[in-house]
Amino acid sequence: MNAVGVARPRIEGSAKVTGAARYAADVPIEGLAFGAVVLSTVSRGRIRDIDISAVQDMPGVLGVIDHRNAPRLNPKAGGFFGPDGQLQLLQDEVIPFAGRPVALVVAETLEQAQAAAEALLVTYDEEPHDTEFSADHPAGRPAITLFDGPVDVGDVEAELAASAVIVEERYRTPEEHHSAMEPHSATAWWEGDRLEAIDSNQGPFTIAAALATLFSLPLDRVHIRTEHVGGGFGSKGLCGPQLILATMGALRFQRPVRVTLARSQVFLSTAMRPATDQLIRIGADADGKLRAIWHEPAFEISPLAEYIEGCTELTKTLYAAPAIRTGLTAVPLDILPPYSMRGPGAAPGSFALECAMDELAERLGMDPLELRLRNEPSVGPVSGLPFSSRNLVACLREGARRFGWDTRDHRPRLRREGPLLVGTGLAATSFSVGAFPSSASITAEPDGTFTVAIGATDLGTGARTALTAVAADALMVDTERIRLQISDSALGPAWSAGGSRGTTSWAWAIIEAGTKMREQGGSGTVTVDTTQLLGDLASMERHAFSAVFAEVTVDPATGEVRVRRLLGMYAIGRVVNPLMARSQVIGGLIGGLSMALHEEGIRDRVSGRHVNADFAGYHIAAHADVPDIEADFVSDYEPGIPMGVKGAGEIGNVGTAAAIANAVWHATGTRQRSLPIRLDRVLEE
Amino acid sequence: MKEFAYQRVVDIHDALIAADGGARYLGGGTNLVDLMKDGVEAPTHLVDVRFLPLDGIRETADGRLVIGATTTNSDLAAHPDVRRRYPALSQAVLAGASGQLRNMATVGGNLLQRTRCGYFATQVCNKRVPGTGCPAIAGEHHNHAILGWTSSCVATHPSDMAVALLAFDAVVHYETLDGPGEIPLAEFYLPVGDTPHEESALPPGALITAISLSGSFPRSRYRKVRERASYAFATVSIAVGIDDGGSARIALGGVASQPWRARTAEAVLLDNPGDFRAAADAELSAAEPLPGNGYKVTLARNLIVSVLSEVCA
Repeated sequence: MNAVGVARPRIEGSAKVTGAARYAADVPIEGLAFGAVVLSTVSRGRIRDIDISAVQDMPGVLGVIDHRNAPRLNPKAGGFFGPDGQLQLLQDEVIPFAGRPVALVVAETLEQAQAAAEALLVTYDEEPHDTEFSADHPAGRPAITLFDGPVDVGDVEAELAASAVIVEERYRTPEEHHSAMEPHSATAWWEGDRLEAIDSNQGPFTIAAALATLFSLPLDRVHIRTEHVGGGFGSKGLCGPQLILATMGALRFQRPVRVTLARSQVFLSTAMRPATDQLIRIGADADGKLRAIWHEPAFEISPLAEYIEGCTELTKTLYAAPAIRTGLTAVPLDILPPYSMRGPGAAPGSFALECAMDELAERLGMDPLELRLRNEPSVGPVSGLPFSSRNLVACLREGARRFGWDTRDHRPRLRREGPLLVGTGLAATSFSVGAFPSSASITAEPDGTFTVAIGATDLGTGARTALTAVAADALMVDTERIRLQISDSALGPAWSAGGSRGTTSWAWAIIEAGTKMREQGGSGTVTVDTTQLLGDLASMERHAFSAVFAEVTVDPATGEVRVRRLLGMYAIGRVVNPLMARSQVIGGLIGGLSMALHEEGIRDRVSGRHVNADFAGYHIAAHADVPDIEADFVSDYEPGIPMGVKGAGEIGNVGTAAAIANAVWHATGTRQRSLPIRLDRVLEE
Repeated sequence: MKEFAYQRVVDIHDALIAADGGARYLGGGTNLVDLMKDGVEAPTHLVDVRFLPLDGIRETADGRLVIGATTTNSDLAAHPDVRRRYPALSQAVLAGASGQLRNMATVGGNLLQRTRCGYFATQVCNKRVPGTGCPAIAGEHHNHAILGWTSSCVATHPSDMAVALLAFDAVVHYETLDGPGEIPLAEFYLPVGDTPHEESALPPGALITAISLSGSFPRSRYRKVRERASYAFATVSIAVGIDDGGSARIALGGVASQPWRARTAEAVLLDNPGDFRAAADAELSAAEPLPGNGYKVTLARNLIVSVLSEVCA
């Protein structure tokens, strides 16, 4: 009766396709008022005045909250990266970036609130801003080292000097936006002295903890629930402006207040992936054996909050080399604070590393696949620690077999079909694996079912369905006997849906609770917390791996690049649900395709503002851009985590941009080192 | 909340009376309603013209094809006479928007849609409020005009359909309280000059009733280049048709404030029928690209050469 490993359709599938599933902004609440957010239109400066006279008498308006009357917030509040100035909304007149909320207008209806927000007159004293990112910006300084810190093993200079072939190139990726379908929405109200909220987020417990600190409330007086979440991709891992402002509204007006961001506001005020500029040098012997990898990425941040775009994790993981040096530079600018997005760090980092490896293969006259096989490490290239399990070679070989790689002529610009040039490319990837402390409880019900409670969130990935299967196997019962409760901060501490660590973290707690429940005879209630167990996990290199293959066509007369085929082979440990895991990595591959060809946040050079903050201007792949995609899994098992799970969330996004860029080179003979691969970058005279 | 009156009419005279009183015509609403949501347009009175007897496509006794103004884009693209006589028109319409939008959008409204310049949609500019400048010229203009623009405005016209119609010398028919009138499409859009907010030569309050086409262009082709495979406005597009006398008609999209008839190229081809490159170079010698959109000159040149080669093959 194993439920784990069986392809099952998602539990809430029917509710979603019939429209019955409720999202945060859909929940009916009596006495609801609506808040509309007003964003700063200048990139740096101070609010001179907010004139509410034209607004306060507009129909339905309850009032305006701004820095002059907002509740004081606790500056210690933050998240994973420490105190977060982005949470300090409406605290002073300082404008740190265009898109910073400056006021909340609350009214009886959404339309009244929006009309009043548009009529609100805000004037600014502008100051010179700096939104121009470059790797050698004078403000650049080392990134914090919470993870992906600098390394320097071996003698990089000597190994490069001794190399027969060296690649030294710079790769650039632009600002990108998460672009979840569901805009961020929160509704907050008071029940007695307890703050209640329904919020669109990736982890109700961590968000509740941040919100409690922010408003100086005891955690047991803050209760946050999520409903169905229409994607997050990292942008809902933060205590978002919608929740902070809705809470302020509920405090001020003593009734439920809902704040739903407009699409442009999601772009301007939530989060984004920072632009990166990555210098990479790789040296190798003539036989393709690597001597040195030196990878120095710079990325932009805001002075409001620390963040790490960990571009060099793969550089420390994928290939054996006697010398490896990495170091991340953070460049503070007057921009929206960046935050984790779709394969954070690894997605832009792999674009640089895996394109550089392809360039190395070209200069060596070698099959790019063979180059990777030749540099397979036996232990962690930097740490020297053993791998818990490493199946990159299996991904590469099986992917190559299915893709038909062995018939590829590795020279560029040889395949033509009418006016089109055709090329293929590949990339190898990894994404680190782990789990964070979580708690779960299981109660045996009188009717023979088990209530399994954990503070998880389902972003649309299928967490409900996966955790139901995990719980059934842990309790050794059918899935029909599992009543899963998630999406509620009151269910106890639990990691968020993020970092490819949702399923591992939650499953671990559920499995422990299930074991205890069986040990006590299947009755009563058990509650577990995995903090201690996680601390006992042996130090090893733990990663998921994949190989991505792409075939593209290029029309050199128009510069149009179209992806014809994508194939991803994944080693993600034991696959909890092959049907949903496949959906998830296919989604990741499409995200990677979008990153390769389309996505780019564009700023006005004069004002520093984003000028394409909507889906008309910010392009993500449309259906017609998405080709036949094959995604499958090689046999893999993570020995350190119960049931052998590694996590599928992030890795699907990783490597696709490099595979496509390498395929564009193979088609045209021209390297594309800046994303996205826009047609003007490919167009030929 | 911004309130406005909505009026549904079944008689053209009622529509004209409403417009005379300040009402705006509402067709499919696929552009106007978006602009109202964004605060770019703020009409106080909408008169819905979709129930007027202006729907459908018919051939006249003298062989012209008359397309009613409220015909949907979908119906236009699918019509057998359009596909037979003007395949590039059908291709152009199908290259625009999405299936859902084409089911709503009307032919008359398509002609009058506004630019998709991001500045126009999100802040004031000369096209919205005369005298407030054109931020795109010093700012982001990757997908802006290379021909016919002025320091007042560098926005492009977004229509695909109008590019094909221009190549086929379509005529726009309208009705006013003073009686009917017509304007060749070639004269329908006004030059930018220093009045980019004035976009068409329609008299005030005029209601587009139909578009008519003469001749037949079975050898015609519309090619649209854009940043993704669907659901994006043209970077550069081209309509080419060969008329009864064997002469090429060429119109470009995505390069100017209006669909751009490439008459210079056409003239070169009259003298040198096979020299597509010379025709393209001659047309584009007038191009004035900005620092960020010079690639459009190359792209337009390549498209003129490749689509002429294809249609003339």
